[in-house]
Amino acid sequence: MLKLDKISKIYKTGTFGGKMLPAVVDVSFDVGDGEIVSLIGESGSGKSTIGKMILSLINITSGKIIFNGVDVSTLKKGILKNYYRNVQGVFQDPFSSYNPIFKADRIFRTIRQEFFPKMKESEWNEKVNRSLRDVGLNPDQVLNKFPHQLSGGQLQRFLIARALLLDIQFLVADEIISMLDASTRVDVLNLLVDLKSRGLSILFITHDLNLGYYISEKAVILYRGCVVEMGVTDKIYYNPLHPYTEMLMASVPRMDKKWEEVEMELKARQIETTVGCVYYERCCAANKDKECARNRPQLIEVERDHFVACSRCMEE
Amino acid sequence: MSLQIKNLRVYYQTLRGDVKALDGVTFNIKDGEIMGLAGESGCGKTTLGHGLIRLYPPMRFVEGSVELDNEELPVWDMNRMNKYRFCKISIIPQYAMNAMNPTRKIGKMTSELLDSRKVNYKKTLPELKRRLDLVKLTQDVLNMYPIELSGGMKQRMVLVLSTLMDPSLLIADEITSALDVSTQKAVAEMLVEFRNRKIVKSMIVITHDISILYQIADSILVMYAGKLAEKASTGIIVHSPRHPYTKLLISSLPKVGVKYSEKKLLGIKGNTPLLLNPPIGCRFIDRCPVAFGKCVEEPPFIEIEKDHFVACWKEYGKNA
Repeated sequence: MLKLDKISKIYKTGTFGGKMLPAVVDVSFDVGDGEIVSLIGESGSGKSTIGKMILSLINITSGKIIFNGVDVSTLKKGILKNYYRNVQGVFQDPFSSYNPIFKADRIFRTIRQEFFPKMKESEWNEKVNRSLRDVGLNPDQVLNKFPHQLSGGQLQRFLIARALLLDIQFLVADEIISMLDASTRVDVLNLLVDLKSRGLSILFITHDLNLGYYISEKAVILYRGCVVEMGVTDKIYYNPLHPYTEMLMASVPRMDKKWEEVEMELKARQIETTVGCVYYERCCAANKDKECARNRPQLIEVERDHFVACSRCMEE
Repeated sequence: MSLQIKNLRVYYQTLRGDVKALDGVTFNIKDGEIMGLAGESGCGKTTLGHGLIRLYPPMRFVEGSVELDNEELPVWDMNRMNKYRFCKISIIPQYAMNAMNPTRKIGKMTSELLDSRKVNYKKTLPELKRRLDLVKLTQDVLNMYPIELSGGMKQRMVLVLSTLMDPSLLIADEITSALDVSTQKAVAEMLVEFRNRKIVKSMIVITHDISILYQIADSILVMYAGKLAEKASTGIIVHSPRHPYTKLLISSLPKVGVKYSEKKLLGIKGNTPLLLNPPIGCRFIDRCPVAFGKCVEEPPFIEIEKDHFVACWKEYGKNA
């Protein structure tokens, strides 16, 4: 559905824009139909920048974003509006997404003015109510209120409901639950899963690996604008291979193991690889999936006065 | 006992009446204990933290007593508290990273801060530098403006500043919530390090993230809507909580290796009650799955096992 092809973003910084700051470097991945992909990284890793580029809020320095066969970066005003019928974003801070002077449902009204100017009032109200019920809110309780009268979880769902009004196919969810309380957080997560089962694709941007694992099939780990590891979530979680991913996994505060235990395990794993053949890493003949990694081969005499320590020779 | 709080009540004054943000809180903290304070937003965590050090309008002290090292703190008196603030009891407020004066270099700001407490900056400097080494900051930061530091560096700088006078109690309010996982871990481990080196005697770590507390805290106090729900050692709160709210809260947290397709987590239904006119009796009654007739009376906060306090009618019976 959505394909990123070697996209880069370089910000110009400094007084006269003389310095270059590469925020995203040659990132490629794709999101299929009805798939949730987690984009995981620390602050400054460029994950939000990728989200903004997909939403066409900022320009792409190089590379292409292809949505259903169309290159997004070439879209101009009128066609871009059509693009927004399909792709919408929800952002981190629900409190600052609203104008505190107006009632919260103004966000629905602006959608109607822009996208559905010809729709009848009653038809529209029905649509809004249906959308609100979809995100688990009771329309009577939440409509006609000011942002400060609603809780963070309710406001965040409002924003999701707003995106759903457009029958979107793709949602960019940028840290949408990091500001919410533990008890409401899970409800919003489950809501995303429900939406997914209805065929919506989601790019779930987060720095919390636990949440990423809970919700997504695919994960992309980002460091300083580069993809360091990506793949099926289970594989990345149970077998992280890049040292950065390992470090991230070790620093996640867990409820079952303390940090010291996790560090011990990591060390044990490193020792595990060092018990194998010392030449294992660079050996092209190594039997990669068995013996060589686990057992350090003994020095044996293959012929008179000729000693070798390699499992290939031990078999013979 | 390092800190003893008895029946502390702090209300917020509004035109429509008092908001009972902290309503009768009683607990102790032992010497060297790191106590985690957890709960949802609006449950009174921050009010408790501020209530111990600086009550500012519209906060109003109603009743209660606070004893630190067997000395009663005059928390209701802004001026008399000056003697204790920063020296005996210190706080790292929420968003402390933005609390530093942006127009002063950090060294200058520190010296002004120490001047206000009539402490000589020059004499403190060697100790300050040792502390900076301890939190792995270079000594150059003293010649930098706050804007030149990253979030994690600012947070560590504030940690050094707040603990410079070796306070007996440190209150750390949400100091890890704006940081990403690896910085979070570093800052959290530094808190423990400060306790282990006896720079700070005991700590209250306020956060909504229980998994962080599981890593660093000795005990956890769970608050709900201005009241205490449960206090016990970290292991007990996480693995065998007794209060229904704690149980639901713990079970709603996503854990490593839990996937929605295998085990769907559930949130807690309903919302926290408004504290302007809180419900009579147990404040969790509307959302509680096991509520029964007795719950319309207010449950006392009772020690049901050693160092395990619970406020729930269902739990007393088993031990009484």
